[in-house]
Amino acid sequence: MKTQPGEYFIQGNEACVEGAIAAGVRFFAGYPITPSTEIAEGLARRLTGDDGVFLQMEDEIACISAVIGASWGGAKSMTATSGPGFSLMQEAIGYAAMSETPVVIVNVMRGGPSTGQPTRASQGDVMQTKWGSHGDYQVIAFAPASVQEMFDLTVETFNYAEKYRVPAFLLSDAEVGHMRGLLTIPDKIRIVNRKEKGVKRSDEAYDISDELVHPFPVFGKGHKTMITGMTHAEDSRIEPEDSKIHQELVTRLSEKVLMNRKDINKWDVMCPGSKTMVVSYGAASLGAMEVAAQDDRIGLLRLKSIWPFPEEPVAEIASQCDRILVCEMNLGQLYGDIKRVALEAGCRKVELLSKIGGDPPTPSEVRHKLHEMGAI
Amino acid sequence: MELFDFYRKDRWPHVFCPGCGNGTVMNCFYRAFNDLGLSLDRTAFVGGIGCSSRIPLYINSDALHTTHGRAIAFATGLKLASPELKVVVFTGDGDLGAIGGNHFVNGCRRNLDMTVICINNNIYGMTGGQASITTPHDFMSTTTPTGNKEYPFDLAEIAVAAGANYVARWTTRQVHELTKSIKTALQKKGFAFVEIVAQCPTNFGRRNKMADPTQLLDWFKESSVRRDKARAAAVDHVDLNLAGQITVGEFVDRNRESYEELIGVVKHG
Repeated sequence: MKTQPGEYFIQGNEACVEGAIAAGVRFFAGYPITPSTEIAEGLARRLTGDDGVFLQMEDEIACISAVIGASWGGAKSMTATSGPGFSLMQEAIGYAAMSETPVVIVNVMRGGPSTGQPTRASQGDVMQTKWGSHGDYQVIAFAPASVQEMFDLTVETFNYAEKYRVPAFLLSDAEVGHMRGLLTIPDKIRIVNRKEKGVKRSDEAYDISDELVHPFPVFGKGHKTMITGMTHAEDSRIEPEDSKIHQELVTRLSEKVLMNRKDINKWDVMCPGSKTMVVSYGAASLGAMEVAAQDDRIGLLRLKSIWPFPEEPVAEIASQCDRILVCEMNLGQLYGDIKRVALEAGCRKVELLSKIGGDPPTPSEVRHKLHEMGAI
Repeated sequence: MELFDFYRKDRWPHVFCPGCGNGTVMNCFYRAFNDLGLSLDRTAFVGGIGCSSRIPLYINSDALHTTHGRAIAFATGLKLASPELKVVVFTGDGDLGAIGGNHFVNGCRRNLDMTVICINNNIYGMTGGQASITTPHDFMSTTTPTGNKEYPFDLAEIAVAAGANYVARWTTRQVHELTKSIKTALQKKGFAFVEIVAQCPTNFGRRNKMADPTQLLDWFKESSVRRDKARAAAVDHVDLNLAGQITVGEFVDRNRESYEELIGVVKHG
């Protein structure tokens, strides 16, 4: 049952549950892991009877596998996990990419590698999200920085998973997942449902060409759907030895995401036109948000989606500023792409404020770094 | 329904070697399915990775060919999203009992409505004949060049202990009994598991002085012991030790409440 529109004071992970329900989740499989467990607990209470199925499985591999299976049954499906569980899911994430299965994976990031810091925040899985499974593929990932965005971007993660038939990610972290704050559930929410084979509906998923995103043949509708993770032709015939079929398939898997960057990418800009811009996302942007709000010499580009890499907004601010500071809660994962695009766009100086250990960079740490750079 | 209404002739030739036991199992499965008058449009087939896991791709129905070992986990999600579908998993000894062992035991425990057909050829066939978790002790494989030092799993006994509602094991030699067990399994509420000890002449027989598939079938016949007879004779140690005996028969047939009955699932897809 959907929660009534209105204002609520709740936890980030609970807002993710509300977002999933609002988006129409019908199947969730999870395994207990800190700091994402509240999402499983919340959906265990919500997905009962007519509302859907909650399943606690034997491990995270089983969770993502069941979620993919449920998606072929036509259900909007999701799992939530953190570092070690996310690592276990990687093979099946590649399967979802190859089989073009819409699934939502929430990763409430904690400090790694290995068991690392189960209760502390991190952005260490940014590159793993993009490159975690073997082979070439593209994914869609959103990075919330508030309780409200845990709701809003969970809905978007579902929307884009459905629209492009891809595994899509909500890359949260222990800070945002456990943060408490105000959530406004609006009256109207944009919900996208997958383009279904043999069904015509008025939905934005149908706007994309069938050549780029094939209509989804739900099981049990007489389509004689054949789904495989092996290289396959358009009629799903297995053709692992055919290099042309492989090239066409894998190229399309990437292009359907990369060619639609403008549709997918979301960002916020504070103080556009500032000579110094901070580029950040998720919990790492909290300190910079405060600095930009107080100091009109400093602007902020806050990325709400990080994959596919938002080249256009980064290039645009880089072409207008003298220096960029990238803030991340890792040793510099998105920094490489930001620097590449910013230098190409004519910005001369791109530096990194990297902070690991569990706490987001504070406003004073951001100011200190900006001072070192000669910005303030 | 004719055989080639059931199987996709357009996907022939298949990948199976001459003499492979998969053909026997496919034939028995088709007969059981057809005799029961089941609908291909109301059935989904799920496979993992390996020779036997390819079978779903030859069936004229919805098929999900998944990752190695995870077929039961994929099938679990599919079944719960579409409870009106009959879900059948085809898997092998390596796929089910080694890499997928966790999902196997938990699938039995969860007792969801599904039929799992495990074709146990005692070897990794597709990758060229490496020892599996059911390769008998002392037998040869490419990864046990001096004979297998380990002892095999008994998949049927594991399924019984883990809670499946129906468990049977036959070899490809007992086609009538096998067909009957597949029928029972397809009609069973809850988790139904049928293990078939099947010949792999190419990668198992050839390295163990039984390159001719008929040698393997004769050997299956000679070493099969009916479970009820073994019990009656108080034979203590009748495990799946191919060097000695293969216990065959129905291991359990019970009616524990299925997961669907327990949670009262409705269609969500």
